[in-house]
Amino acid sequence: MTTTPPAPPKNRTLMRPATVRTTKNRTATWLPPIAVFAGVLAIWYAISYLILDEKRRFLMPPPHEVLAAFFDPKTFNELVVALGRTTFVALIGLAVAIVIGVLWAIAMSQAKWVERSLYPYAVVLQCIPILALVPLIGFWFGFDYPARIIVCVMIALFPMVSNTLFGLQSVDRGQRELFQLQRANRWTVLTKLEFPAALPAIFAGMRISAGLAVVGAIVGDFFFRRGDPGLGSLLSTYTSRLQSAELFAAIITAALLGVAIFAIFGWIGKRVVGRWYDFSAS
Amino acid sequence: MSIATPPVAPATTTDQLLHFEDVAMTFPNGTTALSGVSLTVNRGEFVTVVGPSGCGKSTLLRIASGLTPATEGVTQVDTSRIGYVFQDATLLPWRDVQSNVELLAELNGKPKKDRQKTAKEAIDLVGLTGFEKHLPRTLSGGMKMRTSLARSLTLDPELFLFDEPFGALDEITRERLNDELIKLFTEQQFAGLFITHSVSEAVYLSTKVVVMSGRPGKIVDEFPVEFPFPRDPDIRFTAEFAELCGQVSHALREGHH
Repeated sequence: MTTTPPAPPKNRTLMRPATVRTTKNRTATWLPPIAVFAGVLAIWYAISYLILDEKRRFLMPPPHEVLAAFFDPKTFNELVVALGRTTFVALIGLAVAIVIGVLWAIAMSQAKWVERSLYPYAVVLQCIPILALVPLIGFWFGFDYPARIIVCVMIALFPMVSNTLFGLQSVDRGQRELFQLQRANRWTVLTKLEFPAALPAIFAGMRISAGLAVVGAIVGDFFFRRGDPGLGSLLSTYTSRLQSAELFAAIITAALLGVAIFAIFGWIGKRVVGRWYDFSAS
Repeated sequence: MSIATPPVAPATTTDQLLHFEDVAMTFPNGTTALSGVSLTVNRGEFVTVVGPSGCGKSTLLRIASGLTPATEGVTQVDTSRIGYVFQDATLLPWRDVQSNVELLAELNGKPKKDRQKTAKEAIDLVGLTGFEKHLPRTLSGGMKMRTSLARSLTLDPELFLFDEPFGALDEITRERLNDELIKLFTEQQFAGLFITHSVSEAVYLSTKVVVMSGRPGKIVDEFPVEFPFPRDPDIRFTAEFAELCGQVSHALREGHH
């Protein structure tokens, strides 16, 4: 046979002349986000200096003051140490959420009655205001790392459950019958068909849960304010002391942590399933 | 008219591999897909079922393979080596060609060495040698279907069930795959039950064409096809071929009303 395989679909943009595309696209990719960033800075400055008078400027300190606060040796040190602790809680919480979420979904995928019995609780978990439970969790489990991790897991769990279940159930009927014709048992169907087929959905869930895990790691700490201070305790402290420049610096640090974890899990997902699954298509 | 005998295994042509006796299928929602279908596929035969869409042709294959039990009648399958080619290639997108073709042997617990060897042979038979490491997403529709065919060939089937396997392909690819299927049929000595809605494909491939009516599916006519195997692609342009296609089309139209 002389046929060569057609190019993978991502090459379809080659319809346009290649040279024009590279230069134009590079500018086109970078320009809008930079423009938005500049716009945000401009509005921020405008609010700090044009809308707020000097006495009330602490409500929205200008960007350079936030930057200065961030690089102030004392704050910087506090932030870095807190960032480490929060990252630790977020990663442990995320790992636990991934394991529990995937197992929970697998259990539900095995029988309709299990799904009917367990899925409502996943939805309930998603719907109850975790914030209201945070103090209780503190009373039950103490106010240190275990309690922070539990809050983190509760917040990050749902997307793992729902995405994994969706992935396991989205297996093509023909592929299922292919296994059925060889009389494959449940374990074989799960490991050789359903689980690999669910991986793209699982990774999509991980990205969402990763962002939530950071929020979860901060929330517990923010309320407990005990033990080693993480970003949550710092946010709480800066708020009560009206150190608004430091507060902004801490908020931005927390956001960057979320973005970083989100990006890392996106990257891992691409590495693992990008070979055969086109994320951009979904 | 006598049924054409392909040059393979002429002594065993009367061996029955699949037999339907008065088979009927009514789905739980009350739709009757098949009614009173009697059909036999013997060793050395390649039987094609043509019929309008939704006439229950595919249901017949599902019953033969055991995927769906019939609600009435007797289904007798006299072999355990059954190949099943689906409408879609149903390849696992995370496995390359080699490992997709190995899948069935793997599910049947064959040792790695054996299944690598059988897969290599099957890949060679469908002309995909050199593409072992390719993932399905990089293959054309025709190549995916070849991979799917190779996967079933690893079972060394005595009875091959085809559920409109080339329906989604362009005509050029379809004709080429028809020729390769005839070659495989001549060399590998399996019996075939092939579902299609293309009259010329049916006549070209088979030793017998069975025409089904619209829902509920019933067999309305049967046409033995006597062209010798391996078939010359040019028979498609002969008067006899056109005549036979005409008869089948006519029966299809009759059955539809």
